Amino acid sequence: MLNIRNFSIIAHIDHGKSTLSDRLIQHTNIVSERDFKDQILDSMDIERERGITIKSQSVCLPYKARDGKLYSLNLIDTPGHVDFTYEVSRALASCEGAFLLVDASQGVEAQTLANLYLALEHDLEIIPVINKIDLPSADIEWVKSQIEKDLGLDPESAILTSAKEGKGIEDVLERAVTLLPPPEGDPEAPFKALIFDSHYDAYRGTVVHVRVFDGRIKAGDTILFMSNNAAYKVEEVGVFQIIREPRKNLSAGEVGYIIAGIKTVSDTSCGDTVTLKQNPCEKPMAGFKEAKPVVFSSIYPVASDGYPELTLALEKLKLNDASLIYEKDSSVALGFGFRCGFLGLLHLEVVQERLEREYDLSLIITAPSVQYEIGLSDGNVIMIDNPAMYPDPAGIEFTREPFIRASIIVPDRYMGTVMTLCMDRRGLNKTYQYLTNNRLEMIFELPLAEIVYDFYDKLKSVTQGYGSFDYDLLDHRETDLVKLDILINGDRVDALSQLVHKDRAVERARLACDRLRDEIPRQMFKIAIQGAIGSKIISRKTISAYRKDVTAKCYGGDISRKRKLLEKQKKGKKRMKMVGQVMIPQSAFLSVLKTDD
Amino acid sequence: MCNEAATERKGGIYIHTPFCVQKCLYCDFYSTTNLSLTHDFLSALKTEIKIRKSAFQEFDTIYIGGGTPSVMPPEQTEDLFETIYKNFSIVPDAEITIEVNPGTVDLPALKRYRKIGINRLSIGVQSFSEKNLRFLGRIHSAPDALKTVQEARNADFKNISLDLIYGLPGQTLKSWEADLVKALEFAPEHLSCYMLTYEPDTPLTSALNKKHFSPLEEKKTGELFMATRAFLARNEYLQYEISSYSLRGIFPSMHNRKYWSFHPYTGFGPSAHSFSGSIRSWNHRSVTLYIEDLKKDQLPVENKEVLNREQKIIEAIYLGLRQTDGIDLKNFQTNFNRRFEEMFEDVVALLKNKKYLEIDQGRCFLSPQGMLFLDSIAGMFSGTDFYLK
Repeated sequence: MLNIRNFSIIAHIDHGKSTLSDRLIQHTNIVSERDFKDQILDSMDIERERGITIKSQSVCLPYKARDGKLYSLNLIDTPGHVDFTYEVSRALASCEGAFLLVDASQGVEAQTLANLYLALEHDLEIIPVINKIDLPSADIEWVKSQIEKDLGLDPESAILTSAKEGKGIEDVLERAVTLLPPPEGDPEAPFKALIFDSHYDAYRGTVVHVRVFDGRIKAGDTILFMSNNAAYKVEEVGVFQIIREPRKNLSAGEVGYIIAGIKTVSDTSCGDTVTLKQNPCEKPMAGFKEAKPVVFSSIYPVASDGYPELTLALEKLKLNDASLIYEKDSSVALGFGFRCGFLGLLHLEVVQERLEREYDLSLIITAPSVQYEIGLSDGNVIMIDNPAMYPDPAGIEFTREPFIRASIIVPDRYMGTVMTLCMDRRGLNKTYQYLTNNRLEMIFELPLAEIVYDFYDKLKSVTQGYGSFDYDLLDHRETDLVKLDILINGDRVDALSQLVHKDRAVERARLACDRLRDEIPRQMFKIAIQGAIGSKIISRKTISAYRKDVTAKCYGGDISRKRKLLEKQKKGKKRMKMVGQVMIPQSAFLSVLKTDD
Repeated sequence: MCNEAATERKGGIYIHTPFCVQKCLYCDFYSTTNLSLTHDFLSALKTEIKIRKSAFQEFDTIYIGGGTPSVMPPEQTEDLFETIYKNFSIVPDAEITIEVNPGTVDLPALKRYRKIGINRLSIGVQSFSEKNLRFLGRIHSAPDALKTVQEARNADFKNISLDLIYGLPGQTLKSWEADLVKALEFAPEHLSCYMLTYEPDTPLTSALNKKHFSPLEEKKTGELFMATRAFLARNEYLQYEISSYSLRGIFPSMHNRKYWSFHPYTGFGPSAHSFSGSIRSWNHRSVTLYIEDLKKDQLPVENKEVLNREQKIIEAIYLGLRQTDGIDLKNFQTNFNRRFEEMFEDVVALLKNKKYLEIDQGRCFLSPQGMLFLDSIAGMFSGTDFYLK
């Protein structure tokens, strides 16, 4: 056990975490040069395409240290985006230490701080790493002073790396051995392991990712999940070395996986404790803080008979994404579907893309909403996250909406633009403080509803990429809410309704109508799009009928050109759903929230 | 009238002549005004014909298009035909068409065409109004057009097609009908009446975007389309394709039909397309690249594609609906193993309800109203999930 080190790399998004992980993996030669690809731990297409990490992944790196001994270094990769703080938290529960990565030209950012606090909560040993020192704009001394002042860490212990150029990689591995503590635990005690993740393998059933704290486990043992007493016979245990590497056993301090023919998806839940049926441990470990969804949206299959497939896909995805919650929902316009809770907008997009890619589904996602507290005149208080459930306004005494505390770190030259952005979003500026002589942290209290859609993108754009953002939920506060309905050719389309602040209703209605006018292609008849509150129409747009256009001539047999045009049109619009007599593209449902570019 | 069995296996030859005296403002077909290349082009074309020589395939149509084929000196055209006849098997009663533009041919040239076996003329009249001809950027005048048509008859052409364009800014029903009346004076066997379309990257489209003129309103364009059908029907010209009308239904363009009916054709010259039944290939657009490749005795093919099932379905619908005969539903089922009405249940119901589409006697075709929206309707079919089912 003395030769094991379990650690994470934590960082703000884009500070080079995945590249550093790549170099550590290459240095230990567990993957041949030929099989190696960049961002190797990000196995999902969507991660590679967007250059982000969504899922934690662990990898066991064999490393021969300068003291001549062979060590097992378990690296647990973590996401950087604010939506996935929950993933980071679970990964950290399996570690004794963490490398805190800071970009040498960007310095400390909002998620650097947030992730540092998370690591401290887990009582981890933290080693700062200054990465991207090869950049011309790198300012090592400036970053060191931030590490000291903002993070309260020893700047002299910071490792200097350029993951891109492979500099300082050996230092990271060596410091992991010398500075991070080995895991504690008793290999002879009753078996106790924490599930920090799991995924579904079509051939082997559920693969459970665990950190073993006490005891040991081997194939043939019978495991017991402590939350529900489900028992399974272990088929295989092993560690992750990009691919699964079976081992004879897993023992205290190790990170690895268990395969036990688990077909019932709901039996495994992250944060549960696994023990052995014979000689179980006394009590389960403290689980994880449950991730609280903050945005809610409905998912419907485009195909009218796609509901059973969607049900199955969500069950399997839930296994790999414990933060996803869902319940059955139905819509007049779209049929059966699910109301889902997400950690944020990026999470929503990721879930949508994973369902579409990994399960080959075609989906409609409705505009996201937050959860409102509504006090009724009969004295009851209900929670509403679905506009369809909004009660008759006559029976409402009060409405409260969730507020957040947002921390925004920017160079001070953007103070004015950030202020304008937050005020536009009904924000209250609480305080601000200079972190260094030209960077400041601004604290705002904002309605969550105002940030769920595109706040982060807007912040990035008004600060030319320099602004970073993190938030915590505060409380529910009194607000004035109305339900904005959208009528298409006079018919209310329930899946397009949204709950909005009264002062914003007209603007939102105009925006929604504009977006729908752009998204819905011309059809055989004129289409009227109206925004309404109750029976009052507050905005209106029309889509004229088809253009009379006949491609006159096929150029010398060039049939392909016209067909490609049709194929391109189709791709742009993706698939259409017939709502009443009108064909509405998938993308239209989410578009109603998009603000002006 | 659809004599498919007889022409099924026979191919068409298309030759693209990439030269024009001047580019018309609306045209996005490939052509160059550098006429000094005609000689090199002809020898490249002859090389391509020799490379593509086929002993097995019989051809029953030849179509010399462009560009303006009539800018090539008639002796060069004669030379070209000798090469074609030497390398391909052309059936005796083949339809052999050449496109000519008024102002680029005279009676001796036309007589020479007739002598080398060309039996069909497609004349790019476009309009008999001076104002319209100037707007389109044509080089000829209204009297030029009249003269060419008259000379074609004098040269003993018994199958003449006139190209006309309508839907020009400010055009009225009356002025368009005047063009049609003029055209019918010569009793052409065939008429192609094209609605003016604003193609990207043409001078006309950029002038439109700069608001130098305002286009004819959609409603008017639609009226002109309907009026064209009605007027020509009264005069015994039957529409058989969206822009094509044939006198008493007996002179359709056999060559163009091949494009719409998945028949094989081989294209020669820059940007020409070929289709084998499942593979489409096309030559370089640029005449210089074309000549370069053939100087090295290699085929000037820029690219090719093999059509998958989904693509074949999209094409079958788009091309089928262009024709008044529509889509042959039995054929569709044989080719794609599913019933058309089932595959497109929703769209068909919607279109039938709107009276844009009809299904009758095993064929699915657009109503005249529906034809006006051909492109959009094709988009409705291709936009559905049919390939998932």
